[in-house]
Amino acid sequence: MTYNLETAEHPERLRRVAIDPVSRVEGHGKVTILLDDQNKVHQVRLHIVEFRGFEKFIQGRPYWEVPVMVQRLCGICPVSHHLAASKALDIIVGAKKLTPAAEKLRRLMHYGQMLQSHALHFFHLCSPDLLFGFDSDVTKRNIVGVAAAHPEIAKRGVLLRKFGQEVIRVTAGKRVHGTGAVPGGMNKCLTVAERDELLKDIYHIVQWSRDAVHLIQKVHIQDPGLYNSFGIFRSNFMSIVGHNGDLDFYHGTLRARDDNGKMIFDGVDYQQYDKYIEEEVRSWSYMKFPYFKSLGKEHGWYKVGPLARVQNCNQISTPFAEHERKEFVDYAGGTPMHAPLAYHWTRMIEMLHAAEVIKDLLHDDDLLSDNLMVEGERQSEGVGVIEAPRGTLFHHYRVDENDLITMANLIVSTTNNNQAMNEAVRHVARRYLNGREVTEGLLNHIEVAIRAFDPCLSCATHALGKMPLSVELIDPEGQLVHSLSRS
Amino acid sequence: MSQTFTLDGKSIPFEDGQTIMQAATKAGVFIPHLCYHPEFKPHGSCKLCTVKANGRQTASCTMRAMAGMVVESETEEINAERRALTQMLFVEGNHFCPSCEKSGHCQLQATAYHLGMMSPHFDHFFPNRAVDASHPEVLLDFNRCILCSLCVRASRDVDGKNVFALSGRGIKTHLIVNAKSGKLSDTDFSLADKAAQVCPVGVILTKRKGFAVPIGERSYDKQPIGETVEGR
Ligand code: SF4
Ligand code: FES
Repeated sequence: MTYNLETAEHPERLRRVAIDPVSRVEGHGKVTILLDDQNKVHQVRLHIVEFRGFEKFIQGRPYWEVPVMVQRLCGICPVSHHLAASKALDIIVGAKKLTPAAEKLRRLMHYGQMLQSHALHFFHLCSPDLLFGFDSDVTKRNIVGVAAAHPEIAKRGVLLRKFGQEVIRVTAGKRVHGTGAVPGGMNKCLTVAERDELLKDIYHIVQWSRDAVHLIQKVHIQDPGLYNSFGIFRSNFMSIVGHNGDLDFYHGTLRARDDNGKMIFDGVDYQQYDKYIEEEVRSWSYMKFPYFKSLGKEHGWYKVGPLARVQNCNQISTPFAEHERKEFVDYAGGTPMHAPLAYHWTRMIEMLHAAEVIKDLLHDDDLLSDNLMVEGERQSEGVGVIEAPRGTLFHHYRVDENDLITMANLIVSTTNNNQAMNEAVRHVARRYLNGREVTEGLLNHIEVAIRAFDPCLSCATHALGKMPLSVELIDPEGQLVHSLSRS
Repeated sequence: MSQTFTLDGKSIPFEDGQTIMQAATKAGVFIPHLCYHPEFKPHGSCKLCTVKANGRQTASCTMRAMAGMVVESETEEINAERRALTQMLFVEGNHFCPSCEKSGHCQLQATAYHLGMMSPHFDHFFPNRAVDASHPEVLLDFNRCILCSLCVRASRDVDGKNVFALSGRGIKTHLIVNAKSGKLSDTDFSLADKAAQVCPVGVILTKRKGFAVPIGERSYDKQPIGETVEGR
């Protein structure tokens, strides 16, 4: 837990390498590296351009519009924002407890979202690196290459994602920009036909998710030298956990552990999150750096997402995923695993859990009930928290007596992981770039580290790895000496 | 004695004093429109209902039908002009359909679909307009006003209240609330007023209703505009 390599001592004498934008990371990411004449790394920074204007933009808007409006924040996981905002607004309309039907329908929507997002991330964005190697032929290192070499894997990736999107469509009304969740509940339930259609495929989905866990487990275990150490750094970690410490993506209380797995806090009502978490602004980055207040800026940062969640919970409520969790914990040797590439393994365990939960929910007749709305005493402030595919997501609103939003604060998963991703990138730079010529393959190592976290940036249009990458080497005088680009 | 004119080659009967729009509507033929509403005096401002009558362009909601008249409506030329007018309405206001609660119930959106509008085509004005949330039951979101004056007419002619008015000229025209403060809460406006029901777009909204109707069950999901005689 150090700020090593965040700021060079004499930046004016160093060469600058910029990887801009990072490919197969959604939205805008940029890595700048300062090198000296011997190619020794002096400074590494991951800059993420976040859509900051949003919190201002929703001020003055009526609160009931927000769950639909916030979906514009993200092209990959709009449902997470939709549900986090709805949960915050449940508090505003006094809906302390939703009807069983509404809660289960929302959970179904969210687990469908988990399934499609995890499938997209693993199969489309990461499997090329994992199956072919980080510096394999760049022309084949993409989903098209995977489809040629491993057609069955690529096909399952597509179908898993499609199934998740279908779950979203029947619960939210549309695959993107749906409206299903409303403050106080849901606006629709499932028809028998919709449910039966999903039931037809769910057993395949569970089986394919199991296979996906075994695939990544095998890849990981075969090369422990790489997978257990690539980009490694130790840190605290946080997530919400459900009832009895179960893994839960939809609801629960906040729990944080230190790098040895010792509890920092537990059972925290997330309405109080701002008593535990603070966000630091640093001059060189648009994105803030959150940390636990009790530990301070330097030691209080943490990671979120699959690797945090799977190790933070006491157990997983579904049998197949619980079996895989135990395998993972055994492999880690009873102490928290911190290797960024272990995100992939835990992500697939989560995808399996999502598939199993969807299967159970589809057998629950509450999904067909139209008892969907509750309301209560109106409140002026509410916080909604959800475990989004990439990690804990906070939505916090204040509403005035005329029903307009007066304050919004969002901490998105990627912001929670900001320091962690910077640390991983620094580790990789130190290990692989020091003293060597910069090549495309080496730069891809940096991107592999970033992609393990699955940063959720604002744009989904580059999902197929088509985003152009450009690299510029700048000498100590600031002159461009070499540039590298691919498209 | 029944008299007729032709609309796109189809014979349409009419009575003395009826406009082309009224006669067409009665005969079950749809002509796109936004400021026309069967219960109110025509305003003739949006020009969406433009047709060619005996070779000359005219607003069908104000033009009286005449025996033997030859009227063209669904031609590529006229629909291209209607599309351009609709695109202008989109860029003059702030219309963000994906997050608008009127989506699926909005006549402007439905008309855009009907006319095959694929993009706004022009640069957005992004006007800076505030919302009026002062009334306990009703929200006014001026961002979406297309100045059709239906609320003005409904409040004046049906409710006898005169809550709304159009003010300013040309591109500066805007909707105002007739109160010293300019706030809806300082008028005798009520949710039961006719004016609360007529807005074709998402300006005059019942509070806290939002997205209560799921996608698939909204007005135009069930019956696209143009497939209904009155269009709304
Ligand atoms: S508020 Fe609605 S009804 Fe009134 S003028 Fe504007 S668009 Fe027409
Ligand atoms: S409907 Fe005729 S001018 Fe608007």
